[in-house]
Amino acid sequence: MTILRHFTPRVTPTPSVTGVGPVLEVRNLKTHFQTERGMVHAVDGVSLTAEPGKVVGIVGESGSGKTVLARSIMGLLPRQGVFRSGEVLLAGRTISGLPESELRAIRGLEIGMVFQDSMSSLNPVVKIGRQITEGLEYHKGMHTAEARRLSLALLKSVEVPDPERRLDEYPHQLSGGMRQRVAIAMALACEPKVLLADEPTTALDVTVQAHVLDLLKDLQEDRAMAMILVTHDLGVVATRADEIVVMYAGQVVERAPTRVLFREMQMPYTQALLRSVPRIDGPRHATFVTIGGRPPDLTNPPPGCRFAPRCSRAQDRCRSEDPPLTAGRTIGHEFACWFPLGVGSPSREAPLTPTPTPTVGPSAERREF
Amino acid sequence: MPGPGTAHLRRDKEVLLRVENLVVEFSVGHQTLHAVSDVSFDVCRGETLGLVGESGCGKSTTGRAIVQMPRPTRGSVQFEGTDLCALRGEPLRHVRPRIQMIFQDPISSLNPRRKVADIVAEPLVAWGEKGSAREKKVREIFDAVGLDFDAVGTWRPHQFSGGQCQRISIARALVLDPHLLICDEPVSALDVSVQAQILNLLHEMKERYGLTLVFISHDLAVVRNVSDRVVVIYLGKVCEVGPPEALYDRPHHPYTRLLLSSVPVPDPEAPARERSTLASREFPSPLDPPSGCRFRTRCPGAQARCADEEPVMREVGDGHFAACHFPVYEPMTPAPSRTSVSLA
Amino acid sequence: MTFSSTLAGGDGGNALLVLPDLAGTDARSRRLSVMFWISLGWIGLVVIVAIFANVLPLDSPTAIGNANPGLGPSWAHLLGTDELGRDLLARVVYGARVSLIVGVAATALGVAIGGTLGLVAGYLGGIADVVIMGAMNVLLAFPSLILALAIVTFTQPTLLHVTLAIGILSIAPLCRVVRASTISLSRREFVQAAQVVGVRRRRIIFREIVPNVLPTALAVALVAIPGAILAEGALSFLGLSVRPPSPSWGNMLSEGRDVLAKYPLIALWPSIAMLLTVLSLNFVGDELRGHLDVKEGGL
Repeated sequence: MTILRHFTPRVTPTPSVTGVGPVLEVRNLKTHFQTERGMVHAVDGVSLTAEPGKVVGIVGESGSGKTVLARSIMGLLPRQGVFRSGEVLLAGRTISGLPESELRAIRGLEIGMVFQDSMSSLNPVVKIGRQITEGLEYHKGMHTAEARRLSLALLKSVEVPDPERRLDEYPHQLSGGMRQRVAIAMALACEPKVLLADEPTTALDVTVQAHVLDLLKDLQEDRAMAMILVTHDLGVVATRADEIVVMYAGQVVERAPTRVLFREMQMPYTQALLRSVPRIDGPRHATFVTIGGRPPDLTNPPPGCRFAPRCSRAQDRCRSEDPPLTAGRTIGHEFACWFPLGVGSPSREAPLTPTPTPTVGPSAERREF
Repeated sequence: MPGPGTAHLRRDKEVLLRVENLVVEFSVGHQTLHAVSDVSFDVCRGETLGLVGESGCGKSTTGRAIVQMPRPTRGSVQFEGTDLCALRGEPLRHVRPRIQMIFQDPISSLNPRRKVADIVAEPLVAWGEKGSAREKKVREIFDAVGLDFDAVGTWRPHQFSGGQCQRISIARALVLDPHLLICDEPVSALDVSVQAQILNLLHEMKERYGLTLVFISHDLAVVRNVSDRVVVIYLGKVCEVGPPEALYDRPHHPYTRLLLSSVPVPDPEAPARERSTLASREFPSPLDPPSGCRFRTRCPGAQARCADEEPVMREVGDGHFAACHFPVYEPMTPAPSRTSVSLA
Repeated sequence: MTFSSTLAGGDGGNALLVLPDLAGTDARSRRLSVMFWISLGWIGLVVIVAIFANVLPLDSPTAIGNANPGLGPSWAHLLGTDELGRDLLARVVYGARVSLIVGVAATALGVAIGGTLGLVAGYLGGIADVVIMGAMNVLLAFPSLILALAIVTFTQPTLLHVTLAIGILSIAPLCRVVRASTISLSRREFVQAAQVVGVRRRRIIFREIVPNVLPTALAVALVAIPGAILAEGALSFLGLSVRPPSPSWGNMLSEGRDVLAKYPLIALWPSIAMLLTVLSLNFVGDELRGHLDVKEGGL
């Protein structure tokens, strides 16, 4: 039986620029799905805060629960078979239990969201202009002409060339990068306090990716918005996030201000994640460091630390007791590990030998997800 | 129409594959889609050639054109001395076992209704190998890719993870002992931690079976790490060719520089990259590519000559070629392989 | 149900991050419903009874004069008698034979020919596709019943000819479905992989494509059978199927129509029988198709 993790605040949130507290707070959020195979603990006790003008990067592989987390915050989950607990507060007000009708008023107006697949956030049979003005008319009660003027300004701010023409075009007439910019424009139209970007550039080419991410950062800074950037790519958040939250198997395993995380990472998973990414700098032809095994089955999370089966440093305690989030040396740094990497540069402390390619045997039953 | 030329091709007798002036065009309605326009490169025995470019640049089409699926519109594909483009029917079929391919989507690469042991054995069956010799070979290859034949041979693809499916695809590709393996984005659809496993496996297989690889990918970091030689493609044209150290440290073609500077580096200390609004423009369409140099619409250094005259491949370093009228000779700032914080 | 495959990274359209697929999550929807089993039961009953009609303790369906005409249901005649005193239950049972034979045989013909044509058109493309689809379009353009009428009228209205006529009509829809499925399968990478290996075309079609097309084709066929049964019913209603005194549901309806006011049961029983059978077949076909799709989609 898993010992559920509790979020004990050991760290006072850094006071923000404006002096008011965090604009978005997630407290011990849990999202479980009832499936045929059992209750899937997709998100299992996650807490985080987002402050105006700051970017929080949520990093994890697929199956870590980061997308479910983003959707849980927005309340965009199916009605049936979902169990939620914990709270989500927006500017101090609890939104997690609100009915759909009230949530609709909040989405777009106070929280904007950008999804990975722009074709699914844009209605293929409605012109671009209309899709942007719709939100403005609904939330801000603008007149069409005024909304259109504002839409034009928005498209210019996201660097869409030839914006007047685009307003009357349909999504399929635009390229992927352009569509994503339009989606960003839509998300920002009503000037939300928080922007949730769920893998906004994963489906884009690398040159376009860089630009769209830079654009997001610029817009976020201009408007002193809080931004939550969900991604699987550490590279994306390394230079763009103020704080990084690393998720694994539905739980937060480490969080820290960005520079602190890269300098003093403690959780072996974070280190393994960083090392398994092929680098464009650094020596060539290194055998790629792999993280052996697969993410755990979230219907039956193993007792103890969920990363233990794949961790080269795991001991007995790791397998029986779930490590809580404990504070690191620096303020704002927390990690969940019984045998952290220790002080100093991670590469020198824990030489990770490349895990040999595992042989798939009878124990391999289910697919990766 | 004169293309970038073939100055970068080597005359080595160990050249296993030589692609010369390859053109692949598709007719879409009344228009022509210029997927691959005059691409040339060569691969020596035992080498890994990295073919890199963004989506839609024609790299995948090139890979498929090598195996004549689809048949190129023009050009030649010399494989072990034979021009595949000139072969038809049975003679072409008989060459096939020597060139194999693995694909991007691991699940779609396997027939969902067959057992994986049968899937891997299929090439042997199709080429007439029977009985115990066949089973032995299948077992051996399963073992080589890290799968337990007895345990999982009777399973179907949907029971495996993406990474495992890719292993099965690799097994199938290798069971006929090919000389050349074309990998079309083999790890793009996989999780980062699984990517590393599959890349290691490919490396191992290459050593073990003496393979030559053509590795197609949009991921610059991966290509850098696995390739002995890199070809950069933009909108159906070759921009730059060279050994990875040279190409990544001292890229001469503006597109290569743009690509390299766009790659997100997991290092918070990395200096901010230079930004250019020109470069933020979208790709031109392959239905109507720009005249002259195709990159000129996004190139900060473009001049009148670039629109009139298509640049030709010229040597810019040892074994390093670029097709540009005004190649950039300054090193990249920051030099990608010399970052202050090294975490590897 | 399992999570849909969630993979991160990649370029272009291959990056997918999907929520757990809850559509098939309910324990209910995964298992075949109660209606499915009831329908299957009815079909089973009809089939068994039709096959073993000879050995069942039934009266003769054609003997006249054994009983009074127009009797209501009684222990002697469970469904009553028709206007000539023949046992209605026996007639319905023997009529079932006709309907089932025609339904299954005609559809089988359609699958065999239409399926083959669809495979060829879908896989080969080019001229073959153009020619075959052209022929199919011509076939589809004919008002189906009139075509059947024409065929049967110009030959003798026997069971064989009726089956052939309806079978010919089934070719085009099945060809289309198989062709569409084949085309989409041909694009899948496992077919391309087989081509790269150098597997011969015929083997690719039979080993890679057919097993994947079969479930769809069968599901469509299952729903085509009731259509064929109805078509036969219409033809025999018009007197163009098996000749009286052999019963078929259609000609029973026709005979019953004349005496509808006086002996309504004569038309009622075959109607009910046809209704239930067609309904059950549709039901089973739909459920199976949905069930098969879920499994395929769960990849």
